[in-house]
Amino acid sequence: MASLVGSRVERKEDKRFLTGKGRYTSDINLVNQTYAIFVRSPHARAQIKKLDISKASKASGVVSILTGNEIAEDKIGGLIAGWAIRSEDGTEMKCPANPPLAKDNVNFVGDPIAIVIADSLDEAKAAAEMVKVDYKVLKAVTSTGDAMKGDTIHDGIEKNLCFDWLLGDRQKVKEAFDKADKVISIDIINNRLVPNAMEPRACLADYNSGSDEITLYTTSQNPHLSRLIMSAFGNVAPEHKLRVVAPDVGGGFGSKINVYNEDIVCSWAAKKINRAIKWVAERSESFLTDIHGRDHVTHAELAVTKDGKFLGFKNETIANLGAYARVFGTVTPTYLFGPCATGVYDIPAAYSNVKAVFTNTAPVDAYRGAGRPEATYTIERLVEKAAMELGIDRTEIRKINFPKSFPFKQTLVHTVDSGDYVAGLDKAKQMADYDGFDARRKESESRGKLRGIGVTSYFEACGIAPSAAVMSLGCGVGLWESAEVRFNPTGQVTVYTGSHSHGQSHQTTFAQIAADELGVPMENIDIVHGDTDKGTFGMGTYGSRSLTVGGIAIVNACKKIVEKGKRVAAKMLEASPDEVDFKDGEFVVAKSNKKKTIGEVAFALYLPGSRDSDFKSPLPEGEEPGLKETSFFDPANFSFPAGSHIAEVEIDPDTGEVKLEKYTACDDFGRIVNPMIVEGQVHGGLAQGIGQALHENAEYDETGQLMTGSYMDYTMPRADNFPEFNIGYTCTHATTNPLGVKGCGEAGAIAAPPTVMNAVIDALGGQEITMPATAEKVWKACKSMKKSNAKAA
Amino acid sequence: MKTFNYHSAKDSKEASKLSSSNSAFLAGGMTTIPSMKLGLASYKDIIDIKSIKKLSGIKVSSKSVVIGATTKHVEVANSKEIKKTIPSLASLAEGIGDPQVRNRGTIGGSIANNDPSADYPSACIALEATIHTNERKIEASKFFKGMFETALKKGELIEAIEFKVPEKSSYQKHPNPASRYAVVGVYIAKHKSGVKVAVTGAKPCVYNDDDLSKALESDFSASSVAGMKLKSSDMNSDIHASAEYRANLVVIQAKKAVEAC
Amino acid sequence: MLFYIIIFKSSSVGRIIFTCYNFNKIIRYYYIKEADLMTKITLEVNGKKVARDVPDNTLLSTFLREHLNLTGTHVGCDTSQCGACVVHVDGQSLKSCTTLAADIADSKVTTIEGLANNGKMHPMQEAFKKMHGLQCGFCTPGMVMSAIDLLKKNKDPSDKEIRDWLEGNICRCTGYQNIVAAVKEASSKM
Repeated sequence: MASLVGSRVERKEDKRFLTGKGRYTSDINLVNQTYAIFVRSPHARAQIKKLDISKASKASGVVSILTGNEIAEDKIGGLIAGWAIRSEDGTEMKCPANPPLAKDNVNFVGDPIAIVIADSLDEAKAAAEMVKVDYKVLKAVTSTGDAMKGDTIHDGIEKNLCFDWLLGDRQKVKEAFDKADKVISIDIINNRLVPNAMEPRACLADYNSGSDEITLYTTSQNPHLSRLIMSAFGNVAPEHKLRVVAPDVGGGFGSKINVYNEDIVCSWAAKKINRAIKWVAERSESFLTDIHGRDHVTHAELAVTKDGKFLGFKNETIANLGAYARVFGTVTPTYLFGPCATGVYDIPAAYSNVKAVFTNTAPVDAYRGAGRPEATYTIERLVEKAAMELGIDRTEIRKINFPKSFPFKQTLVHTVDSGDYVAGLDKAKQMADYDGFDARRKESESRGKLRGIGVTSYFEACGIAPSAAVMSLGCGVGLWESAEVRFNPTGQVTVYTGSHSHGQSHQTTFAQIAADELGVPMENIDIVHGDTDKGTFGMGTYGSRSLTVGGIAIVNACKKIVEKGKRVAAKMLEASPDEVDFKDGEFVVAKSNKKKTIGEVAFALYLPGSRDSDFKSPLPEGEEPGLKETSFFDPANFSFPAGSHIAEVEIDPDTGEVKLEKYTACDDFGRIVNPMIVEGQVHGGLAQGIGQALHENAEYDETGQLMTGSYMDYTMPRADNFPEFNIGYTCTHATTNPLGVKGCGEAGAIAAPPTVMNAVIDALGGQEITMPATAEKVWKACKSMKKSNAKAA
Repeated sequence: MKTFNYHSAKDSKEASKLSSSNSAFLAGGMTTIPSMKLGLASYKDIIDIKSIKKLSGIKVSSKSVVIGATTKHVEVANSKEIKKTIPSLASLAEGIGDPQVRNRGTIGGSIANNDPSADYPSACIALEATIHTNERKIEASKFFKGMFETALKKGELIEAIEFKVPEKSSYQKHPNPASRYAVVGVYIAKHKSGVKVAVTGAKPCVYNDDDLSKALESDFSASSVAGMKLKSSDMNSDIHASAEYRANLVVIQAKKAVEAC
Repeated sequence: MLFYIIIFKSSSVGRIIFTCYNFNKIIRYYYIKEADLMTKITLEVNGKKVARDVPDNTLLSTFLREHLNLTGTHVGCDTSQCGACVVHVDGQSLKSCTTLAADIADSKVTTIEGLANNGKMHPMQEAFKKMHGLQCGFCTPGMVMSAIDLLKKNKDPSDKEIRDWLEGNICRCTGYQNIVAAVKEASSKM
C-alpha cells in the first residue's frame, strides 16, 4: 500500500463547507434562546461613576441586564495572562485584574460593562442603548513608545510597565561591540494588526438545570484550554460541569486562543437566567475587542567586521500589551520573540531586552507567528542594511554568518536540530532568478519606475510544546498534546485529538497519518476534535503545533494499537509476538503465509469469548479486551522550520504605489504530509505577511479611538493585491519527532514582512520607511530621493 | 437595524407622497442599508423606487446620454451604446465598488447621496449633466452642494441624469486601498465649449478644477498639466491621504486622464 | 392589586400601538413593531417556494439564516465588503447582508445549499475542492457564488480578470492563489 503521508490528498472536510453544511457557532440555535448585546465603553480610559440600567431593564423583551457588580458578587474571576515573566531585576511581572465586566474603570474602547439579554436581538440592541453610564473620562495612554511617560493606567503599575525583561548577556555584547569594525543600527516599528478571521467571534451558552451543566459553543482554537481557564480562574463551573464546544471555526490566526469576556459572561449568565444566550460579534465589535497583534517599537544594533562577520547583536524593544495581559500576551514579546531575534546566524554575543507596557488599547496577544515575525523583521532589516553599508551582496553576507553545522546552538536559547540554510537560499535565488534582477531593474527604470529586491532568511521555533522547556520559561501549563485512537469492532477508526482545526485541514492530514500507521483506508478514519466531552484533553492549535505535537500523539497512540494488535494476532496465529510483523494493515507471521488483518484482530478483541467450549479466547492471558489507546506526546524540543524568501517590487514614483511583482518562498518544513495543504498554508501566511508590509495597520488616535475599525479603513488584502506566489521547498527532517515534521502555518507571516520591506527600501535607495509601505509614505520617500539625487548631481 | 416600514412605490408621484421628514428613498441601497445597519441613519419609512419603470433605462443620442435614476452600475458598464458614445462613463461604472455592488447600486442613488469620494458626481460635473427630478431640471454645477448635500428638496426624486456627449473624455482614480472608494478621481471631458476637469475625493464635495481646465483649454496635452502645483489647503486630509498627497494625485490622475483621452 | 387599562390606537401608518395604564399613570408603552406586525415575503429559494412573515427591516441574509435555517450563507462584516453573504437573486450575485428581503419579493434566490444537483456538487464546488480553494470555509460560500456569476459573464477569464472580479470577496486563509486556480479549473469544466 502506497504511503499516504506525502501525498496530495483532497480534503475530507471540503464537501460540507462547499455545500453550506459547515456548522459554525453562529449557525447554531437553541429552543427558547435569548440574545445578548454587550454595553461597551466608548472611552479609552474612564472611571465609571454611575451605571443606570433601570430604564433599560423595563424595555420590551428584556430578560436580564447584568453588570460588573453581579460578576463581583458571584466571585467570577477575570481574564488571565498564561505566562509569568520575570524582569531583569528578578521581580515578577505586574498585571492588572481584568474582570469580565468592568465595574470601576474602563481601559479601552470596547471594554464591556454590562450584558443586556433579551428575547430578540433587536430588543437587546434597543435596550442596550438605554443603559446610562456616567463616565469620568481620563487622559488615555495610546502610544507604545511613550507609554512609560504617560499617566498610570492601573493602580500600582508604575510607568505602565508590566516587566522589563532581559535575555542574554549585556557584558558579553559590550565586549563584542568594542571589537567591531562597524555598528549597524536601526529603529523600527512593527505595526499593529487586527487578525480579522473571517468568522467574527461568537458564543452560545446553554444551561441544563437538571444536570447542572453548562455547555458553551464558542469560536475557540482550544476548547479544553478554554474550559480549564474558565473553570480554574473564572470560577464559572467545575470542569466536569462545563462543556466547551468549538465546532467549525472560521479562522483563528491566534485571535481565538483567548478565553474572552463574552465566553465567561454568557456562560455565567445562562445559568443565572436558566436560558440559553447567544452572542455574535459584529465586525466592528471584532475590530475593537479581538486581540490585536504585533505593535513593537524597537532599536536594534548589529556589530560587524568589515568583511561581514556578525560579532554581536542588541535588541531594545518596547512591546505594547494593550489594556490587559491576556493568555499569550506576555510570552509573545519575550520568549517567542527574543530568542529568535538573532535569526539564522551564528552571532557570538546577543541580548534582547523587552519592556512590555500597558496602554488604553485593545489587548495585544498572539497573531500568526507571534513574536517570530517581529524577531525576523528586526534581524533581517539589520542584515540587509549591513549588506548595503558594507557593500557585500545581501545573500553572501547571510551565508557568511549561517551556522556551519547542525545541531546549531543558537545564541540565546534554542538548539536547532536540523537544517540546511545554504541550500535553501541557493534554491530561492535560482527560483527567483536573482541574478537576472539587474536587467529587470533597468527595464523598470526605462519606464520611469523604481524596482527593488529583498531577501529574508528566517527560522522559527514552533511546534510550541516541550513542557519542561516552556514551564521553565514561565508557562502556566504543560504544552503537550493528546490523542485517543478508538478502533471500532467493525473496523472503522475514530481519532480524538486535542488539536483544533479552524482551516488547518486536520480531518485530512491526521487521517492520512493514522491510515499509514494502521493500514486502514482514510475514508474509514474519522478525526474528532473541538468538544471537551469528546476525547481526553488537549492544548489546542497555535504556534504550528498541530502536526508536530498533536499529529505525533496520534502516531504514538496508533503504535500502541499496533502493539496490542500484535500480541493478540500472535495468539490467534499461534506464534510469538516477536515473530509477527505489521504491514499495510496486516499482521503476518514471519516466513509463513499466516496472517490476520487489523480488522479481524480488532473484531476479536471485542469478542473475547465463545459459546463453543473448545474455543480459545483470542486474548493472551492478562490482556484486556477492546482496542483503544491514548497518548500524551511531549516532544523533546521545539521544531525549527526555516527558509529563504525573495521579493521584487516596482514603485511608481508619481503616486508611490508599490506593486509586488514577484514573490518566491523556499521553505524547509521537514517532512511534508500533504503538499497541497502545506502550499495553502504558505500562501495564506504570505498574504498576511505581505498585508502587514504593504497594507494593514491598526491605528488609534490620541484619545484612544480606533480609526481603522472597519473594512472601510483597515485594508484587508484582496485577490488583486497579490502576484502568483512561487513556492518551493528543501527538506531536512526534524530529529525530535518520528515523522520528521517541523510545522508550516506561520512561515509566510514571519518571512514576508522583512522580505517585502527590504525590497521596497532597496527600490528607495536604502531610505527607511515604516510598515505598511503605503502609497503616500512611498511617494514622500520618492520625493526626498529625487531631492537628494538632484543635490548629488 | 432599527425598524421601519417598507413601501414599494408604483410611480414618482406615490413615492413623493409617501415621503416625509423621516423617510428615505431606496434604490440599490448600497449606502442606505449599511448606514442603517451601523446605526448611522434610521428612518420611519423606506420607500423603494425600483418598481417605478420610468426610472430605469438608457437613452443615447449623438448629443446626449440619458440614464434613468435606478439604472444599475452594471447596466451602464455593459451598455454598448454608452461604450460607443461616452466610453469613459461606462468604464467609470465598471470601476465602482465590486461586482455585487454594481449589480445593485444605481446612478441616482450615488448622485443623491453625494459621497465626497463617489465616482459618479465627477461624471456629472465633467459631462455637464442635467439632473432631472420629478419637479425640475437642475444643472450639475448647481446640484452638488457640499459633503453628502445636494440641491434636492425633501420628497424630490431624481428621475434621470442627462449627460452631454463630449469630444473626448477619461476618468482616472486612485482608490483607497481599504474601501476602494476614490481617494482622488479626476474626470476630464473635452467639449466644444471648453474642458472640464471634475475632481472627486480631494475636497468635501466634487468640484471643477479651474486651473487644470484653463491649462488644458490652452493646450490639451499631458505636459500642460504635468508638474502643476495645486493649492492643498482646502483639500481633505485623513489617515489614508494628506491634503498634500491628494493635491499631487489630482495632477497625476489628470495627466493620466489626458493621456487616456 | 393593579388595574390595567389598555387603549389601542392606530398609528399613522396603520400599525397599532397600545398603552398600558395603571390608574392614570402610564406604566408601560407597548409599541407593536414590525416584529409583531409582519409582512409576508414570498420567494423561490433553491427551487422551492417559501413564504414567511417577517419584519420589514429583515435582511435577505437574516431571512435565509434565521427564517429558513440556510446557514451556509455567512455574515462576516457590517460594511458590505467581505462578500461571505453573496447569493444569487434572479441569476445575479449580490450581497444578501445589504439587501432587504422585502426588496426582492417574488424573486428566485440560489444559495450555496442550492448548487449541488442530486448530491453531485456544482463544477465550481468540485474545482474548489480539487484546487484547495478553501481552508476554514467561512468565506467560501460567498466566494463560490461570486465566482459562478463571473463565469456566466466571462467563460474563460484570465488570472487578472478573476482577481479583479473577486474584489468584493475577502478571504483571510488562502492568499487567494488557489481560489484563482479553482475558478480557472471550473472555467475549463463549465
